[in-house]
Amino acid sequence: MDLNSFFLMRHELLLLVIILLFVTAEIVIPRKKKGSTVHLAILLFGLHTALGFLTLEESSLFGGMFRTNSLIHFFKNVLNIGVLILLLQSADWLQKKIEKQNRGTEFFTLLFCSLLGMYFMISAGDFLMFYIGLELSTLPVAALAAYEIMKRKSSEAGIKLIFSAGLASGVSLFGISMLYATTGSIYFQDVIQVITTTNLTVLGFVLFFAGLAFKISLVPFHFWTADVYEGAPISVASYLSVISKGAAAFILMILLFTVLKPLMQVWENLIYVLALATMFTGNLFALRQHNMKRFLAFSSIAQAGFILLGLITGTQLGTATVVYFVMIYIFSNLAAFGVVQAISQKTGKENIVDYEGLYRTNPRLSLVMLLALFSLAGIPPVAGFFGKFFLFTAAASEGYYLLVFLAVVNVTISLYYYLLVVRAIFLRRGDNPVPHFSNQLYMRLGLAFTVIGILVLGLYSPLYDYIYELSGVFN
Amino acid sequence: MDILSLFVLVPVLVVALLALTTGLKQARLVALAGGLLQFGMAVNLLFAYLQERAVNDAIFVFTRDIVWFKQLNIHYSIGVDGISVALLLLTAIILLAGIFISWKIDDLPKEFFISLLVLATGVYGFFISIDLFTMFLFYEIAVIPMYLLIGIWGSGPKEYSAMKLTLMLMGASAVLLVGILGIYFNSIAGGGALTFNILEIANVNIPYEAQLLFFPLTFVGFAVLGALFPFHTWSPDGHASAPTAVSMLHAGVLMKLGGYGVFRVAMFLLPAGALEWSWFFIILSAIGVIYGAFAAIRQTDLKYINAYSSVSHLGMVLFALLMLNKTAWNGAILQSLSHGFMTALFFALIGMIYSRTHTRDITRLGGLLKVIPFISAIYVIAGLASLGLPGFSGFVAEMNIFVGSFQQEGLFHRVATLVSVSAIVVTAVYILRVVGIMLMGPVKNEEFLDLPQATWYETTGILLLLLPIVGIGVAPLWLSDMILKSIQPFIQAVL
Repeated sequence: MDLNSFFLMRHELLLLVIILLFVTAEIVIPRKKKGSTVHLAILLFGLHTALGFLTLEESSLFGGMFRTNSLIHFFKNVLNIGVLILLLQSADWLQKKIEKQNRGTEFFTLLFCSLLGMYFMISAGDFLMFYIGLELSTLPVAALAAYEIMKRKSSEAGIKLIFSAGLASGVSLFGISMLYATTGSIYFQDVIQVITTTNLTVLGFVLFFAGLAFKISLVPFHFWTADVYEGAPISVASYLSVISKGAAAFILMILLFTVLKPLMQVWENLIYVLALATMFTGNLFALRQHNMKRFLAFSSIAQAGFILLGLITGTQLGTATVVYFVMIYIFSNLAAFGVVQAISQKTGKENIVDYEGLYRTNPRLSLVMLLALFSLAGIPPVAGFFGKFFLFTAAASEGYYLLVFLAVVNVTISLYYYLLVVRAIFLRRGDNPVPHFSNQLYMRLGLAFTVIGILVLGLYSPLYDYIYELSGVFN
Repeated sequence: MDILSLFVLVPVLVVALLALTTGLKQARLVALAGGLLQFGMAVNLLFAYLQERAVNDAIFVFTRDIVWFKQLNIHYSIGVDGISVALLLLTAIILLAGIFISWKIDDLPKEFFISLLVLATGVYGFFISIDLFTMFLFYEIAVIPMYLLIGIWGSGPKEYSAMKLTLMLMGASAVLLVGILGIYFNSIAGGGALTFNILEIANVNIPYEAQLLFFPLTFVGFAVLGALFPFHTWSPDGHASAPTAVSMLHAGVLMKLGGYGVFRVAMFLLPAGALEWSWFFIILSAIGVIYGAFAAIRQTDLKYINAYSSVSHLGMVLFALLMLNKTAWNGAILQSLSHGFMTALFFALIGMIYSRTHTRDITRLGGLLKVIPFISAIYVIAGLASLGLPGFSGFVAEMNIFVGSFQQEGLFHRVATLVSVSAIVVTAVYILRVVGIMLMGPVKNEEFLDLPQATWYETTGILLLLLPIVGIGVAPLWLSDMILKSIQPFIQAVL
């Protein structure tokens, strides 16, 4: 182990330094003297994001526990950009609410710890590292969900998340132990050699899968989603639905396409059923929501169902489309959550009814929301259309025409509820519309990044080709 | 920059310019300039096409092909033949007329014209695409602005109608997506690479089973937009609630995407499927023709009358396409054009009458010929064109359709044709009924005695639409010549 190999963990180490900085600051600097740490956090994380783009070679560390390659590296960068946008969007809320209670540094510490967990999770080369990453990424979020201590619902969200997450990771760990029992190793590279479809492995796999399904909130492991999103601060809900879900979908894909590839016969059917259940449940429940956060929660459940369409293939095309779709989803959902955040921050309103007449008072914010919703619904020419089209192409390439057909039926259902929000914003005038307000600079930047993402990611094709080339590493 | 890409680029630029304007006057000025420019481009394209056609006998001319998504072999591939040129011209004319008709739009004028132009961009893009992916993309771009256009500027139960229309059309496009993917993954059957290019796929013999499976999906996906019975229900509600210019563009242009896609994609690429399935869809479209006509008789709302009449007339387009012969196809294209101009004219006139009397209920109107003679006279002319009077475009189109249909022998086709032909008589009934009740007779309502006459912008809009109707009716040969030549390769593939 030399100094050079440390650079392979550049993302992790840099983030760790930032975390330690915040922890030290928390201890050393007396509370009264502390200024706003938001600017510092954004600056440091911005630097971290920028440094992440330096090239990196493909290798593994610690005897295969930690590995990295170009696709994993790329995905970490995507997560970084997502978190950066999230920080920009939450800056106002942090300054006005959280720093008043002197709890700003803790927020960043917890958030970055969770992100660090995700880095380790997607870079994992064995089940142990994977499990540590999974835990590290989940536990801090439970604290974050309960961050608005004065709100009852926020505490409720924290408790719900920690209980369900604890159960899920326990089940997952149980599954891992069964896989270990049958294969005799926890290293991915060894497991892949010996794993076969025996009853115990299948049982182990299903239990293990349940833990990840919880994180992506696939049906029937989705019950926590809406309640937690509704109760948690919007930034945290956004983080859960965008970053956490994206990372989990990514690692699930890696595991299925590499270690668990020999079990493809099993997980194909499982994913087929779960995809249908998730899409239909998410969409049908989203139809009846009145609260924007619950609405986005169910919409994100449905989106997870679409992601499964790419996972079912097990091919390079599948890998590429999943990564591409998740990336687009991150930008689209961040845009939607950003607008919800901005409005909630200024007026405290979170219901769809409150958005009536928004276009006539806040046209720009409304247009961002329109783009975000169209992208989530998959309407051209915004990025979501390309993401969905390619996912369906991937599924159809393996002959799943019926699944694709049912998925497009779901796209139409989802269009209905996305249009309900468009209706409130554009078609209605509203008795008591949100008054005109202007956003803080950070929020504007955060929204502008998402809009650029939504517009460019689809139409600019070299990006997809690039992802496709990177995706070759797993096949 | 090639002559065709301008059709996508110019509206996008106009939209960008519109976004910078403030107030009605600036917005409509920019929109008008954009509309005129596109009209000029379309006329220019027509002459350029006629010149090019003389020296170039490829199926599509002015082609351009740029690789877009390399891995999936998606191209931005464009080109036109006589049919698309004619439909582009139709679009440009109706858009221009629509801008004139919307001269006084007061609520959010900028956004109105932006949505209108986005819709037009989608339609232009659809007509110039040779690549299925690009085509599908533009198809959806054309549909989605309808939600805002009807929902914001519409009347009556506008939210309901807008939602119904959008969901039905997007649902259809979802079905279409499966069809397109099916075609794409079977395009490998000839041994080549996967492709979305229509001309390349046409050279491949897609397996018979795949054709049987994907033809109905593709056909229905497009035909819903062409008001195929029983999926036409979005059309009357949508038209009735839409503002005038949107009804014009929608019935005049957007619904033509259906018929166009049917013969350009579904029948051209899946000919065996078309042969096997034609009987089924002939029955549906014949029902649509008759049903639309009878439904129109029972309506009292002018827009509903015209909307059901559209269901009937566009049913004839699908019916003619399903007859799978050259004369009928020629009629189908002519009918698309003729119905486009005619129905746009109708909706424009209905909009004028409504803005003056604030009612579209024909039982409350009467004797309008005495009060607003110009508008009423044009209404009579449009009506006569619609019922197929010789000298107008409708006659030429329907003549071709039914002569073509009678060329198909066999009892089934004969009966279906007879059923459809009878709709012409019913058409006369509902047209003359409106003319009799609304235009003739005494003025029923005193306050309608001094209605304002047509303004200059209304007159311009009307004349823009009237001229082609008469033009096609009096001198159809050059047009049907252009169309017939372009149909040739497509009908050959099917037979």
